[in-house]
Amino acid sequence: MVAVLTRIFGVHNLALAEDVVQDAFCRALEVWKFQGLPENPSAWLMATAKNRALDVLRRERTALTFAPELGRLLESEWTLAPVVEELFAANAIKDDLLRMMFSCCQPRLAEEAQVALILHILCGFSVSEIAGAFVSSPAAIEKRITRAKKILAASKRLLDVTSAAEFSARLPAVHRALYLLFNEGYHGASPESAVRVELCREAMRLTALLLDHPLGKTPESYALAALMCLHAARLPGRVDASGNLSSLLDQDRSQWDQDLVAEGLKLLELSATGSELAEYHVEAAIASIHARAVRIEDTDWKAIVALYDSLMALRPSPIVALNRAIAVAQQEGPERGLEEIHAIPDTDRLAAYPFYSAALGELEFRRGRREIARGHFQAALGVARNDMERRFLEQRVLRCQDGSAGKGLQGK
Amino acid sequence: MSEFTFLFRGRDTNASPEQMQKTMEKWVAWFKDLGAKGHLKEPGHPLELTGKVVKGSQKTIIDGPYAEAKDVVGGFTVVEARDLAHAAELAKACPILEAGGSVEVRPIQKMNM
Repeated sequence: MVAVLTRIFGVHNLALAEDVVQDAFCRALEVWKFQGLPENPSAWLMATAKNRALDVLRRERTALTFAPELGRLLESEWTLAPVVEELFAANAIKDDLLRMMFSCCQPRLAEEAQVALILHILCGFSVSEIAGAFVSSPAAIEKRITRAKKILAASKRLLDVTSAAEFSARLPAVHRALYLLFNEGYHGASPESAVRVELCREAMRLTALLLDHPLGKTPESYALAALMCLHAARLPGRVDASGNLSSLLDQDRSQWDQDLVAEGLKLLELSATGSELAEYHVEAAIASIHARAVRIEDTDWKAIVALYDSLMALRPSPIVALNRAIAVAQQEGPERGLEEIHAIPDTDRLAAYPFYSAALGELEFRRGRREIARGHFQAALGVARNDMERRFLEQRVLRCQDGSAGKGLQGK
Repeated sequence: MSEFTFLFRGRDTNASPEQMQKTMEKWVAWFKDLGAKGHLKEPGHPLELTGKVVKGSQKTIIDGPYAEAKDVVGGFTVVEARDLAHAAELAKACPILEAGGSVEVRPIQKMNM
């Protein structure tokens, strides 16, 4: 809703747009107190916001300069209502969301600020919810969002999503922000929960918007959507019945969402056009191999290692290297996996990542060196970010002590 | 059974959206409860906090009411209860009281025929 109103009032009046939404919301709640919730609360809110927007435009017509490209149409009473009406139509709203999303991905904003802004403006997350998702204090997030909004407001104009050049230039940043948003939900560092399904869902919703746009339907967009579907399909298995984190190797694969798997595979196929191979393609391909393996033994580890090699070439990172090493261990045994992990150059960047020590522990455990394994698990426990991770690692520590035969573990 | 009007005063206008949503849910629950027990005659409406006042034989129209926010009637409801005491008892569960507001309970005057 803020996106539509920002289109009407202009990006420099972002605060006004937010006020109108807030006001519509307050009014709606006041009425719903007495009348109960209507069948379609969001349509109701939209209608209220639309009427408020008309009020504001009529009242402040002289005091504010609104969206420059709409300015003249909004000045005349003849065109005002139909223009606003049109902007609130379903299709226009989609465009507004895209426009807002692209505008949030301003190159002058840091990636975290872009994601925070998208969550706040487009997904309606409160400051404290965003702070929860990013393991940051509400005050810090508030500051980050305020600063980002100022930069956004200074740009005077929302990004024109009908201009192919502007659209394409900004698209990679949008992909990246959506990817980060999804990842934050999938294996985020939130202290409350290791899986934040609502973040994943928002990322998927916004990615679907991209695919609806003629310029947004690029192979990378399809690959990103495929990646999200294939990962999301595994979400029901990531946390077991008792609320504990379950590693990919232990997961009950019958719980995976087969509809999402099918959707993801279809999207992956659609992404296989053109000559560009993006990291999203490779990650989606890795996810598709996991998704296709009915049992863990059916996994084609050799193909996965090869894909991690391509990923290392496209976007090298210690975490990718770590996941590659784990895949090598699956294929060639724990000794080879450990060799690969020890060969990762900047492991100090991994020190704060609990699954680094956990992977070392797991491989040492499989080699039968329980005492060393236990040390690694304990180190991992020291940097665990939430209770789920903590319980997961405590179980591993215990297993090293009681000597019972255990199952596997993987970092991702 | 007789009819009574509840006049609500003291709407909390500074609440955060999350708080407001919670308050709304409490109101909906309260109305539901009143309805289920057969006390709700007419849920009524919330009122805007400002309007116009038309006054006297001169029929002057002024903006208003300009009372303090806590004194302005913010909405009304009609209930059915055994007597005034019973109606007041019903008003005790109104969520507006938690926010520091008040409920004025007034019997609706009717002719007994």
